[in-house]
Amino acid sequence: MENIKFVIEKSARIDKLVNDLYEKMPEIESARGVLVTESYKATESLPIVRRRSAAFAHILENLPIVIRDGELIVGSATIAPRGCQVFPEYSYEWLEAEFETVATRAADPFYISEKTKAELRAAYPYWKGKTCSDLAKANMSTEAYEAFTVHGMFTPGNYFYNGIGHVNVNYKKVLEKGYRGIIAEAQTALDKLEISDGDYVQRSNFLNAVIESCEAVILYARRYAALAKDMAKKEKCPVRKAELEKIATTCARVPEFPATDFQEACQSFWFVQLLLQIESSGHSISPGRFDQYMYPYYKKDIDAGKLTLEQAQELIDCIWVKLNDINKVRDAGSADGFAGYGMFQNLIVGGQNEHGMDATNDLSYMCLEAAMHVPLPQPSISVRVWNGSPESFLLKAAALTRLGTGLPAYYNDEIIIPSIMARGLTLEDARDYCIIGCVEPQKGAKTDGWHDAAFFNMCRPMEMVFSNGYDKGVKIGPDTGDVTKMTTFEEFYNAYKTQQSYFIKLLVNANNAIDAAHATRCPLPFQSCMVDDCIGRGKSLQEGGAIYNFTGPQGFGIANNTDGLIAIKQLVFEEKKVTMAEYRDALNANFGYGLQGAAAERVTNDIACQLAKQGIEITADVVRTIYDEVTTAGSVDPALKKRYREIKKLIDETCPKYGNDIYEVDMFARDVANSYTKELPQYKNPRGGIFQAGLYPVSANVPLGAQTGATPDGRLAFTPIADGIGPASGRDVKGPTATANSVAKLEQGIASNGTLLNQKFHPSALAGMAGLSKFVALIRSYFDQKGMHMQFNVVTRETLLDAQKNPEKYKTLVVRVAGYSALFTTLSRSLQDDIINRTEQGF
Amino acid sequence: MGIYETKGRIFNIQRFSIHDGPGIRTIVFFKGCYMRCAWCCNPESQEYKIQTLVENGKEKIVGKDVTVAEILPEILADVNYYRRSGGGVTLSGGEILAQPEFARDLLHACKDAGLHTAVESTANADFESIRQILPYLDLYLMDIKHMDSAKHREYTRAGNELILENAKKIAESDVELIVRTPVVPTFNDTAEEIRAISRFAATLKGVKEHHLLPYHRLGQDKYAGLDRNYSLKGIEPPTQERMEYLLSVAEESGLKCQIGG
Repeated sequence: MENIKFVIEKSARIDKLVNDLYEKMPEIESARGVLVTESYKATESLPIVRRRSAAFAHILENLPIVIRDGELIVGSATIAPRGCQVFPEYSYEWLEAEFETVATRAADPFYISEKTKAELRAAYPYWKGKTCSDLAKANMSTEAYEAFTVHGMFTPGNYFYNGIGHVNVNYKKVLEKGYRGIIAEAQTALDKLEISDGDYVQRSNFLNAVIESCEAVILYARRYAALAKDMAKKEKCPVRKAELEKIATTCARVPEFPATDFQEACQSFWFVQLLLQIESSGHSISPGRFDQYMYPYYKKDIDAGKLTLEQAQELIDCIWVKLNDINKVRDAGSADGFAGYGMFQNLIVGGQNEHGMDATNDLSYMCLEAAMHVPLPQPSISVRVWNGSPESFLLKAAALTRLGTGLPAYYNDEIIIPSIMARGLTLEDARDYCIIGCVEPQKGAKTDGWHDAAFFNMCRPMEMVFSNGYDKGVKIGPDTGDVTKMTTFEEFYNAYKTQQSYFIKLLVNANNAIDAAHATRCPLPFQSCMVDDCIGRGKSLQEGGAIYNFTGPQGFGIANNTDGLIAIKQLVFEEKKVTMAEYRDALNANFGYGLQGAAAERVTNDIACQLAKQGIEITADVVRTIYDEVTTAGSVDPALKKRYREIKKLIDETCPKYGNDIYEVDMFARDVANSYTKELPQYKNPRGGIFQAGLYPVSANVPLGAQTGATPDGRLAFTPIADGIGPASGRDVKGPTATANSVAKLEQGIASNGTLLNQKFHPSALAGMAGLSKFVALIRSYFDQKGMHMQFNVVTRETLLDAQKNPEKYKTLVVRVAGYSALFTTLSRSLQDDIINRTEQGF
Repeated sequence: MGIYETKGRIFNIQRFSIHDGPGIRTIVFFKGCYMRCAWCCNPESQEYKIQTLVENGKEKIVGKDVTVAEILPEILADVNYYRRSGGGVTLSGGEILAQPEFARDLLHACKDAGLHTAVESTANADFESIRQILPYLDLYLMDIKHMDSAKHREYTRAGNELILENAKKIAESDVELIVRTPVVPTFNDTAEEIRAISRFAATLKGVKEHHLLPYHRLGQDKYAGLDRNYSLKGIEPPTQERMEYLLSVAEESGLKCQIGG
């Protein structure tokens, strides 16, 4: 019998809400796009921050509102469930270009009506040359712009086209004071200003924009109160009628005034969360330490006997559903990278409070329970782990992991706290950290972290060493010399670092150009009034109003580069089995292997276009011939092809690989990671902060891998790059403890913008209380060694079938065999079948 | 010669083993066994000599000579995990008592390193070799397969007299002893047979647990890979219902019983 705390029955309402939400394909609506355009046209004479608050107010006065059937927590950005609004002030051309394809594309399709298209087409011409993206481009050096648009060295695309998001605001302040209280705070600051102050104009404009934004939010909530009252009058069912009446009184009170009970706190929280995502298109608006700031309202109602555990759970579950009601349309390319309509609203539970005491409470457990009741992608739920975390809490988290949704992610206080203190946070602030977006730590409500600022593909500078800085026939990197003339490994390794440092500089230029554009064109007064110390400093977050300012671009490809550098050191410089020229040619020829899938089609298309330019007629036969050559490496001389394949075999079979708990290799990986992480903090951003590195790719390792040729570690061209800070796919063969030991050798504390380690397990490894507690022990042991983050795919029968077909992808998959556990792919076929069949029965 | 230079022959070291004894464990598989149990799922463990096994079409060398010093670092690599989970090292096989000096010195070295130590063994050996490992051992996972010596011999090539006698002696020591029985249809899957084993186990001093391990065919392919005949072909693993019935029979002895290790 399993003894898991806070197992609470799910209300029937929840499944209905979820089903209604997922009934149809999500839809793009035009209302916000039209309203923001109307407002901008009418406010051209105002300063930008006032134009922003005027537009926000205009939107909130007129945006259509809806209370969905059965909802207890209300407020939706769109009439259509899971719909999305558009934000032309950031960028719009890409969406206009995709009007006809956005409903049918493979990743994250959205329905768009003809009426919506027509309305947006009418609004768009106003924005030509006026968007944040237009200014970002104008701010940027040509080299930096081309490095990402033409050469794919890095991708700052997220903030180039969209809002920044990636923030945690002061929900606690809204719950405690209401927006009426924040307006009073802004008014007090305004009253203190002298009109003769040098910065009077900037400060007063900002503070007035804050007041206008907060008043707009209050009106918006009142619209919901009126709607609920109206619906209650018409409602026949007495139960629903009472619910609607409660919604009406709740929305009349919050978020204007302090919350007086748990439902008001939940509703107030939700308005904040929703409205941040109507003000701007930035994703990763992260609720942060929900269990902490909501707890006083829960505790008061429970103690007074006004609220049962079941009622509290139902309200939390309703918030979970609402977090999935918010959506965002991205361009087709970005949708591939963020597939699954990701909104990255990260909500974290457990851990220490600012005094260093354990902060786990009932709500910490109930949030995990909500994630079991509502098995949807949002919120990204995270768990803080420290030496004093209650075992029962981690067992509850492990029980959630076992469901196989990939949630929660686990974070280690014992490394994150010192890591962010080293970036200038006070001890108290560091202890109170939350996670933003994927894995990025920050002190909530005081930080503009610009996390997720760019993805830096560390494999590309390595390619530049072989090409001496050339890409697509153009010199884009520094001159590091002819690679075939290098006489020592150190010379090669230094060339890699030189190339990488140069492209990091370009990345900094690109990020800062975008950063400055947001300050100029899209300051966000509503968001800013809930982050310290914007009101005190009289400026928005985008202009440097936060206490802590960072820019966090993340590198990935450590495993590939480590394995590749070691292979070059061993095969070229030590054993001299391969010459550098051969190595280079083998890479250019993809080790004598053809391309597959989309990469083969793309290259075939490129070659056909080039031939057509030369005046050659392109018939179906010509295309077929090119395709055959591309897929079989048919143009490579057979003798050379054999030799290139031999070289790959030498790399694969004779060189040690990262991820197998081999000290020397792991320490080398540490140095490779440091070559990126230690380079960044020397650079400053326009908000007065510094750059800090993350080491994680979200899912960009796949699309950016598709732009990267064969790499010296034996990775074939255009295949995915290694995920997170983990080993390259299938190269760690000693099980999860060895992998974790290797990864823990990296100096993760320097990567203060976050690191990511994925592991895969079969549900049987977590069977029973014994399984759960061993799983918790695994996490604690990795964290003892200063690992920062860990998340788990608990895999199912479908995955096992895929693992049979593609064993190279699943070499570390642990399954329970009989009395023991083993790596799935090392088992015989019939044994695998047996386990798969057992899985079907057992789980 | 010190304990760290002692040589032995193993065929695998498996880290992150979570279903063999308490906590997260590393299992060292010894090569060579006195017995030839028809159901053995590790047939490559039986011969002492180094062999070639064909697995999934690929040839694999089974067996490697090592010293205690050579393999100790790999065992100690997961010491954090042992400490957090209450795990440790387990020596398995093969039959570890077929290499008594290596078993003793490896356990000694692990004990000196502060690890929890366990063995999986049938104890079908001269008690002197068992007596030598006991000071370095925390947990003895001991197979008792059948109470009828003739039937025991028929299926394993060895009688059970020495095993039962050693079980009593081990039980007299301070080492925790858990009795385990592979439940194999046609061999020992009747109520009478299981009841007899469980009753005997209950008479052993200090024994509190009896584990029933359902027969599985998971080693079957390896027989072909070693060019050997699998004599239990066609025998189905016991059903869950059957196992639960036998569990209730075993529980009559008053011991704490469970299905699986």
